[in-house]
Amino acid sequence: MGKLYVSRRSLLKGSAAAGVAIAAPTIFTSRAWASDFTNKPTGSSVTLGFNVPQSGVYADEGADQLRALQLAVEHLNGEGDGGMMNTFSSKALKGNGILGKKVEFVTGDTQTKTDAARASARSMIEKDGAIMITGGSSSGPAVAVQALCQEAGVIFMAGLTHANDTTGKDRRRNGFRHFFNSYMSGAALAPVLKNAYGADRKAYYLTADYNWGYTTEQAISQATEGVGWETVNKVLTPLGAGDFSSYIAPVLKSGADVLVLVHYGGDMVNSLTNAVQFGLRDAQANGKNFEIVVPLYSRLMAKGAGDNVKGIFGSTNWHWSLPDDGSKAFTKSFGTKYGFPPSQAAHTVYCQAILYADAVERSGSFHPCGVVEALEDFKFDGLGNGPTLYRADDHQCFKDVLVVRGKEKPESEFDLLEIVEKTPAKQVTYPHDHPQFAGGELGTCNAGTA
Amino acid sequence: MDVIILQVLNGLDKGSAYALIALGLTLIFGTLGVVNFAHGALFMLGAFCAVTLNRFLTLSHQVVDPSRTDFLGNPLKVEVRYIEEWLGPEIGGAIIDWSVPLSILLAIPVMALIGLAMERGLIKHFYKRPHADQILVTFGLAIVLQQIVKYFYGANPIATPAPEAFTGSFDFGVLLGFEPFSIIYPYWRLVYFCFAIVIIAAVFAFLRFTTFGMVVRAGMADRETVGLLGINIGRRFTVMFAIAAIVAGLAGVMYTPIVAPNYNMGMNFLVLSFVVVVVGGMGSLPGAVAAGFLLGILESFASMSAVIDLVPGINQVIIYLVAIIVLLVRPRGLMGRKGVMED
Amino acid sequence: MLGLSRKDTTLLLIVLALVVLAPFLLNPFPEDSELARFNAGYPDLMQRFVIFGIFAMGFNILFGLTGYLSFGHAAFLGVGSYAGVWMMKLLTVNVVPAIIASVAVAGVFSLLIGYICLRRSGIYFSILTLAFAQMSFALAYSVLTPITAGETGLQLSLNDPRILGSSAVDGTIPATNFFGIAMRDGFEWAVGGWKFTFNFGYYLCAVIMLIAFYISIRIFRSPFGAMLRAVKSNQQRMNYTGINPKPYTLAAFVISGMYAGLAGGLMVAVDPLAGADRMFWTASGEVVLMTILGGAGTLVGPLLGAGVIKYFENIFSRLNEADLNQMFSGLPDGLQSAMVTVAQMFVGDGWLLTLGVMFMAVVIFLPGGIVEGGQRVAGWFRRKSGTEKSGKAAPAASAAE
Repeated sequence: MGKLYVSRRSLLKGSAAAGVAIAAPTIFTSRAWASDFTNKPTGSSVTLGFNVPQSGVYADEGADQLRALQLAVEHLNGEGDGGMMNTFSSKALKGNGILGKKVEFVTGDTQTKTDAARASARSMIEKDGAIMITGGSSSGPAVAVQALCQEAGVIFMAGLTHANDTTGKDRRRNGFRHFFNSYMSGAALAPVLKNAYGADRKAYYLTADYNWGYTTEQAISQATEGVGWETVNKVLTPLGAGDFSSYIAPVLKSGADVLVLVHYGGDMVNSLTNAVQFGLRDAQANGKNFEIVVPLYSRLMAKGAGDNVKGIFGSTNWHWSLPDDGSKAFTKSFGTKYGFPPSQAAHTVYCQAILYADAVERSGSFHPCGVVEALEDFKFDGLGNGPTLYRADDHQCFKDVLVVRGKEKPESEFDLLEIVEKTPAKQVTYPHDHPQFAGGELGTCNAGTA
Repeated sequence: MDVIILQVLNGLDKGSAYALIALGLTLIFGTLGVVNFAHGALFMLGAFCAVTLNRFLTLSHQVVDPSRTDFLGNPLKVEVRYIEEWLGPEIGGAIIDWSVPLSILLAIPVMALIGLAMERGLIKHFYKRPHADQILVTFGLAIVLQQIVKYFYGANPIATPAPEAFTGSFDFGVLLGFEPFSIIYPYWRLVYFCFAIVIIAAVFAFLRFTTFGMVVRAGMADRETVGLLGINIGRRFTVMFAIAAIVAGLAGVMYTPIVAPNYNMGMNFLVLSFVVVVVGGMGSLPGAVAAGFLLGILESFASMSAVIDLVPGINQVIIYLVAIIVLLVRPRGLMGRKGVMED
Repeated sequence: MLGLSRKDTTLLLIVLALVVLAPFLLNPFPEDSELARFNAGYPDLMQRFVIFGIFAMGFNILFGLTGYLSFGHAAFLGVGSYAGVWMMKLLTVNVVPAIIASVAVAGVFSLLIGYICLRRSGIYFSILTLAFAQMSFALAYSVLTPITAGETGLQLSLNDPRILGSSAVDGTIPATNFFGIAMRDGFEWAVGGWKFTFNFGYYLCAVIMLIAFYISIRIFRSPFGAMLRAVKSNQQRMNYTGINPKPYTLAAFVISGMYAGLAGGLMVAVDPLAGADRMFWTASGEVVLMTILGGAGTLVGPLLGAGVIKYFENIFSRLNEADLNQMFSGLPDGLQSAMVTVAQMFVGDGWLLTLGVMFMAVVIFLPGGIVEGGQRVAGWFRRKSGTEKSGKAAPAASAAE
C-alpha cells in the first residue's frame, strides 16, 4: 500500500541509519529502479512545468513565454499549424504528444526571486508531477531552479538566462540552456563595434551591481579590449536605481567616448533614457561622436525606452524578422494566434520545449538520463538560429548570435530592432573550461527517487 | 569644483521627487496622524495619469495600406490618430507632444477625487486605530492599486517622453566658466526642479496665508481645542488629504519623462520617502523638504566612482546609513518636535 | 502537563494533532478530482507552513508582547540561512550543525542590531530596523557576492570542502540529512483516489516547530512575558517603578531574532539554497502581515496567518486560464467566460490582488485577525445554542492569547 520514496544517493549513503530500516525491503527487493525515475508518467498524459515570472518587473516577458509555451504544447499535441516542428531538422516528433502521451502543463510564478522560483518549481514537481521545468527571465532564478531540478531528478530547460554562470560555475547535468550568454555577446559585439566605431575607443561601463552584471561586464570588456579598445572606468549601479543621472553625468568628462550600459530590463530602459537626456548621443568626445552600447537587448524592453534606442548596438538571441524558414514559421504561428510577433524570451522557451520533447522521442523514454544523453552533443537546425550544437561539456547551445541596432525608422511598434550582423557560431564558441566559465562541474545525471 | 556642482545639481533633481513625496506624506501624517503606506501608490497613479492621457490622445483607428505589409505578410494596417485627423497633423501632433505637461490638468481632478475617496472611504475609519493597523490597511491598498494598474497597463515600463522642446540638455558648466561638457544638465530636469519648487511654495503659502491653512495648522498643533471652538476640522483634514494626493500625483506626472513609469515605481519610492520623512522629522513640513533635498544630494555624491572605490557598496546603502545616524544622534529628525510618534 | 495549564496543554495538543495529521488534512481532495489543485499536502508547502509558522511565532514574541513593530525581521532569517548553507558547505550536510549555526549567528546579529535599534521606539524603531534590513539585503545582493553568491543564491556545489563528509557522492552533491535520513525522502501512501505524502524534512521541521511553540507558550505565561506586556501597555509606569525595560525588550528582540534564524536554518535544511531575496523588505512586511492576519499577541494566530498567506502564494498563483475554464465548465457559455475573466484578475499573476483585498478586509473588519474571527463565530454559536454563561465570552478572548 505505501511506498517509500528515497533518492538512490541517500540510500547508498545512509543505509545503515536507523530511519532507513523501514526501507530495507524496498532496497533489497527492487532493482527495477534503473528504469524508474521521478514523476514517471503512468497515464495517458505527461505534465510539463512552466515556471515564468508573472508578477514583478519581468511579468510581460513571462506572459510572452507562457504564450509561446502554450503554442508549443498545441503543436506537440498536433493542433494548430505545427510551427517550427515542420522546419525542425529532427523528425522524431509526430504531433501526437510525446511518446504518444498527450502533453499537459502546469504554470507557476517565479516572481523573479530565487526563493519563489524554487517554491513554485518544487510544487510543480512534488504536487503536479511535472517531469520537466522550463521558463524564467533572469539568471538568479534559473541557477536556483536548475540546482533544484538536479536534486529532484527532473530536466530543467532554462529560459531567458544570459549570465555565464548558468552553464559555467553553476552548470548541472540535468540542466540545459538554449539562450546565449554574456561571453557570446562580447565575442559577437566586439568586431561589429570595431567596424562601426573604430579600434581606438575608450569605454566607460555602468554595470548592474549583481552577478549577471559582473559576468557581462567582464565578457564585454575583455572582448572589446581584444580589438584594441581601452576601458576607462567601471562603475557599479544598484539594482532598480530608477534615476541613473548621478552615474551618467560624470561620463562625458571622464575622457571616454563610448558608454556601455550593462543593464537589463527596467534598469536598461531608465539608464538609456537618462543617457540620451544628458545629450550623450549628440556629444563629441576625443574628436569622435559619443556612442552608447547595450550588450543585451530585449524588444519588449526596447519599447519602454521609445525613441532612445535608435542607432544603439546590442546583441540578441533571436529576432522575429529573421528570414529563415524556422523563424518565419514561428512568427506566423505565434502572430496568427496572438496578433503580435514573439519576443526572444518566447522563442527560446518554445525551442526548449520542442527540443525536450524531441529528445524524449529519440531516447524512447522519459527517463531524464536518457534525455540528457539524447541532448548532449545533439546537432539540429530549423529552430530559427541556424545549425546549432547542444554541447555535452557544459550543456550550452552554440549557434549564431545576432548583433542588432535600434531602427531609425520603425515601420510598426514591433519593428524596433534591425539585424546588423549574424555572427557565426564558430566565432562565439569557447572551450568549456574558459576562465569566464571555470569552477563548475556537471556532475552525474540524477533520475531522482526510486 | 565642477564635479561637486554637478552632483549637487543631480541631487537637487532626485531630491525634488523625494521632497514632493515626503511633503505629502508629512502633510497626511501631521494633519491626520495617519501613516500612509499607499502614498507611493499615489505617486504611481499620478504617473499613470500621464500615461493614460497619452494613450487617450493617441487613440487611433486602422486604415489598411495595401502598399506595405506587416510582419505576417498581410497588408499593413496603419494607425491613424483621431486627434491628428481632426485638428490636422500640426496642432494634433503638438498636443500629443505636450501630453505630459497637459496631464497636470487631468491629474489634479483625478488625484483629488482619489484622495477624497480614500480618506472618506477608508482612512477616516482608521484615525483612532493603532499605527500598525494604518500601515497594514494602506499597505494592502497599495498592493491593490498596483495590481489594478498592472492589469490594465502591463508590467513593462512605458515610454512617456517630454515635449520636443525640452528634450536634450544644455551645458551649464560653460555658463559658470568651466570647460565644455563638465556640467551637462537636461532641460526637463530643470523644469522638474522648478516645478517642485513652485508646488512646495504653493503648499506652504496656502498653509501660511489662508484662513483655511491657519485652521489646519492649528489643528495640527492641537486638534481637540480647535474642535472645541466649533470648527469642523474633519472636513478640512479631508481636503488636506486630497491636497497631499495631488502633490504626490503631480510629482508622478512630471517624473514620467525622467523614469519610464511602471506599476511598481511607487514601492521603490515608498521606503525611501519614509526614511526622508523620519530624517526630516515626523510632522515637520520644512524638515521633509530639507531632508528630501539633502538625501538626494548625498545619494548623488555616494554614486561618484571615486567614492565607491573608497567604500564599496556605499551607493547602495547611503540613504539608510544616514537615516540610522540621524535617528541615533537626533531622534526627532532634523526639524521634528520631540515626542511625536514615539510610542 | 509539561508545566502548562490545562488550557495551554489542550492548545498544544491540538497543534500537535494538526501538524502530525497535516498530510491528510491538507490533501482532502482525491488526486483526479477537479479540486485536487487546491490540495496543499505536498512536502514543499507543508514545510513552508511550519517554517514560516516559526518565523511568525518569533516575530509575535516581539511585536505581540512588547508592541515593538520590527520592519526588518527578514534580515535575521536571511543571515540564518547563509550561516546554515556555509555550515553545510564547510562542515557536513547533516542539518543539525547547520540549524544550530543559523540560530547562533542570527542571535548574535539580532543582539547587535537590537541593541542599536531599541534606543528608539515607535515608528522610529520600525524605520531603524527597516534601514538595517535593507542595508543587509543591498549588500548581500551586490558587494558581498563572494560570501552570499548574490543574485544566484548561495548553494552547495560539487567541490565544497566539507570537513566531516564527502564533497560529492557519485558525481552528485550529497543530500541534506538528519543523521542519515535525507530531508527530501519520505513515505507515500496511496489509498483509494488519495495520495498522502509523509516527508521526513517536513516532520523534522514540524517537531522543531512544536518545540518552538512550547517555548513560546512558556514565554507568554512567564513573569518575563508579563514584563514584556507591561512594556507594551505602559512603559512610563515601568520606568517610575524603577525597572529598566530595555533588557527585557532586548531579550525579546534577540529571542525573536533567533526564531527567525531557526526558520532560516530550517529553510536551507530542507532546500539548501539561500537567496538574498528573502531579506528584502517585502519579506519583512510579509511576516508582519502573517502575524496580524492571524492575530497579533495570540499564541496560534501567527501559525494560522503564515498558513493562509503561504497557501495563497503557492496555490492561487498557480491557477491559470485553462484551470479556470475547467472549473467553470459547468456554467452556460457566456456566464463561464464572464466568470473566468473576473476570476482571472484574482488568480495566477493576480494573486497579489487577492492578498491585498483579503488583507484590507481583515484589518478593517477583524482587527484581531483570524483568531478573533474564530472567537466571534464560536461566541455566536455558544449564544445560539443557549449555553452561554454570562460574561464568559469576553474574557475568553483575552485568555486565549
